[in-house]
Amino acid sequence: MLPHYFNHLFVTGIDIYIADVLIILTSLGIVSVLTYFKKWKWLWREWLTTVDHKKIGIMYILAAFAMFFRGGMDGLMMRTQLAVPNNHFLSAQHYDEVFTTHGTIMILFMAMPMLIGLINVAMPLQIGARDVAFPYLNAISFWTFFFGAMLFNLSFVIGGSPDAGWTSYVPLAGPHFNPGPGENYYLFGLNLAGLGTLASGINFLVTVIRMRAPGMTLMRMPMFVWSTLITSILIIFAFPVLTVALSLLTFDRLFGSHIFSMTHGGMPMMWVNLFWIWGHPEVYIVILPAFGILSEIIGTFSGKKLFGYPAMVGSQITIAFLSFVVWVHHFFTMGAGAAVNSFFGVSTMLIAIPTGVKVFNWLFTMYKGKIRFNTPMLWALAFIPTFVVGGMTGVMLAIAPADYQYHNSYFLIAHFHYMLIGGTVFGVFAGLYYWWPKMFGMKLNERLGRWHFWTFMISFNLTFLPMYLVGLMGMTRRMYTYPPGLGWSHLNMLETIGAFGQGISMTFMLINIVWSFKYAERDVTGDAWDGRALEWSTTSPAPEYNFAHVPVVYSRDAFWDMKYSKNKEKYQVKEKPYRPIHMPNNSGRPFLMGFAFFISFFGFVFEWYLVGGIGLAAVFYLMFQRSFEYNTDHYISVEEIEHTEAVTGRS
Amino acid sequence: MAYPIDAHHAPVDPSVPLEYSTEDGSLKILGFWIFLAADIVLFSCLFATYIVLHNNTYGGPTAQQLFDVPGFVAETLLLLTSSFTCGLAIFEMHRNRLQPMIGWWIVTILLGMGFVAMEISEFAKYVGEGANITRSAFLSAFFILVGTHGTHVTIGIFWMIALLIQFIRYGITAVTARKAFVASLYWHFLDAVWIFIFTVVYLSGKVS
Ligand code: HEM
Ligand SMILES: [Cu+2]
Repeated sequence: MLPHYFNHLFVTGIDIYIADVLIILTSLGIVSVLTYFKKWKWLWREWLTTVDHKKIGIMYILAAFAMFFRGGMDGLMMRTQLAVPNNHFLSAQHYDEVFTTHGTIMILFMAMPMLIGLINVAMPLQIGARDVAFPYLNAISFWTFFFGAMLFNLSFVIGGSPDAGWTSYVPLAGPHFNPGPGENYYLFGLNLAGLGTLASGINFLVTVIRMRAPGMTLMRMPMFVWSTLITSILIIFAFPVLTVALSLLTFDRLFGSHIFSMTHGGMPMMWVNLFWIWGHPEVYIVILPAFGILSEIIGTFSGKKLFGYPAMVGSQITIAFLSFVVWVHHFFTMGAGAAVNSFFGVSTMLIAIPTGVKVFNWLFTMYKGKIRFNTPMLWALAFIPTFVVGGMTGVMLAIAPADYQYHNSYFLIAHFHYMLIGGTVFGVFAGLYYWWPKMFGMKLNERLGRWHFWTFMISFNLTFLPMYLVGLMGMTRRMYTYPPGLGWSHLNMLETIGAFGQGISMTFMLINIVWSFKYAERDVTGDAWDGRALEWSTTSPAPEYNFAHVPVVYSRDAFWDMKYSKNKEKYQVKEKPYRPIHMPNNSGRPFLMGFAFFISFFGFVFEWYLVGGIGLAAVFYLMFQRSFEYNTDHYISVEEIEHTEAVTGRS
Repeated sequence: MAYPIDAHHAPVDPSVPLEYSTEDGSLKILGFWIFLAADIVLFSCLFATYIVLHNNTYGGPTAQQLFDVPGFVAETLLLLTSSFTCGLAIFEMHRNRLQPMIGWWIVTILLGMGFVAMEISEFAKYVGEGANITRSAFLSAFFILVGTHGTHVTIGIFWMIALLIQFIRYGITAVTARKAFVASLYWHFLDAVWIFIFTVVYLSGKVS
């Protein structure tokens, strides 16, 4: 017999049908373009099987952009619904699904992969390495993330989306109040992507610890590498907690256990604690790399070395440590008692101190610098005040008694959007404009970049500044409609206008990308911005092996030193002949493994244990196959290196 | 040696143990240590959950009624001994003696299998008595914590069998030595986790 929900397997509804048609058309489009231009082989050989950190980074960024689009559409749907009082564009249930997928996708499938993508692109180059420590594992990370994201997104056409919020609190998300596959998609999609993230954390940590070029001591590392290091440690200690939380809820939902139940002695608060023990470090996982990007850009475009380097390092370490002891600030209102709330209130406020240190260091780096206002720098400059607003309101939220007023209001929504957009997304944009030439060999257009920047800046503030106000006026989060006459209506209309403004603004970026690929001048120097760190010392894009000779480092801002220091001679050791370079082989297995996971977890979502089991068996089979694979690497010959270097004018 | 080993995997540094002698090997060992740190976090969360819920028996069987001393002591002895024999296998590996290494490796696998068999029969017995995962929060937490450890051990057994085949095929090389060493780290780690399960779950359950 087929399970009862089989009849409702495919979600119905006019917007879903439109989406179905669009998905099918897009897929057909991609397939026919690939077939027409005979690009299938190219796709498989150059991308799907690659273990090259630069290509993996680009795939992360591409996938994250797709998720940005999906999450953005969710956002626009919510803002359309809330534009006017008593609106019925979305039903309550539909609205719940949309805010759930919006939040989950933006944090886990947009912000994190975007940053992991940029880390992949830049970090190994910055430390003068030829790849990450475990290139094959890196590919597995990407494909588990990718298929985790696909699984999560599948929910909205097959089976129905999760609807208990990105925080998925029990008992609402438990089996009784939330039967059906929606929440299962959340649990399995996130768990799959989480595996990949954990693997990335381990990979980056070993890379930074062990793969630095000779002479690059820890205190000579570019600040972005430091932020990668700290972020990796956060990932390693935070993500297993998420894995446990998700798995426990999975057991409750699939096998009837009672960890988080209201009955049988279960404890719903356990979920809330586990979720935020992961969740707060998570918000720092998505902000520290953005801090790192900012430090690179502000140094470069001020033409100065970073001010207060040791303080920058120390403050990041402090932030990382504190981020594990503040989680209760997410549920001050759940009755933990005055002593507990005071402790977590104070520990939360303490984070503002190292954060402030970083802000002042950026300001002092710019002080008396020759600032160039290129697009990356614009984003970096906008980051600072936006982030300060978000941080100050965060400190307000950390005052436990006052939080009884702000909690779960639009004030909170405004706070974290100032952090996540004004912080993470601005940082990501800064990083994309900055490293674009390194990834693709040309800068993005400055004029279109400025259009993108200014329209986005204005629309962003138009969207989220009024949210502080409606929040203080009593509007709570996650309400799908509201009556007129509360004084919220005009502000909500403004927010919606702002939201569409951000959507339009993103088309400038899109146009910019297309335009620049076609017409922008190619960068042949490799050093598009007069940069300071080693990634600018090789060609743009970097060759497969990154550096024909591994660079030797004598100071911070190594490449700057190479270009401008008085005794440059010490760097002139390049005359020695090339030697064959040892590189890992491409492999299709990570892709297949991700796909097998996808099939398996799709089966589990619908409690089809046979499908789930077969998929898992395939995963294990692929792992064993890898264990027996001894021919995992190859050499790039001297002739090939000479050829590559000659073509780029570097022999 | 049946397999041609390329230069990357050939020993580069004879002053360190074989498993660390290539760059690839030492990177992977460090990576695995870090993975174990993450696994410690995973088990810590499960322990925390168990500790929070272990009194919530909801009228069902308590730890004291359920656990059987000879049973869990035997499980403990099997696993601890297997950790010891695993250590012996690595010891022989360092002395470059393939036959004894393989012998101890097989003993380790067999002891591990014995442990898993005992655990499965323990679980089956509880379930037969109606003490299954849905009975109470205590039992949910118990089965998930101990079961997660048991799943780790089971995966370890399959892993060690795969490596056994490779030792027989390729002998002791920098690559196989690294693989054996990493698997042994995993095995000792599971032993350490079990000691906590023994104390926190079984012993405390029996005395309280
Ligand atoms: C000075 C630093 C910060 C402080 C003092 C702070 C404080 C707080 C507090 C107290 C809350 C809970 C409010 C409530 O639920 O009533 C909160 C929520 C939140 N914060 Fe922050 N925060 C800071 C930085 C950040 C950063 C850097 C990010 C992300 C990049 C971030 C993202 C979030 C998110 C996503 C939530 C809400 C989660 C939810 O309930 O859905 N915060 N913050
Ligand atoms: Cu927080």
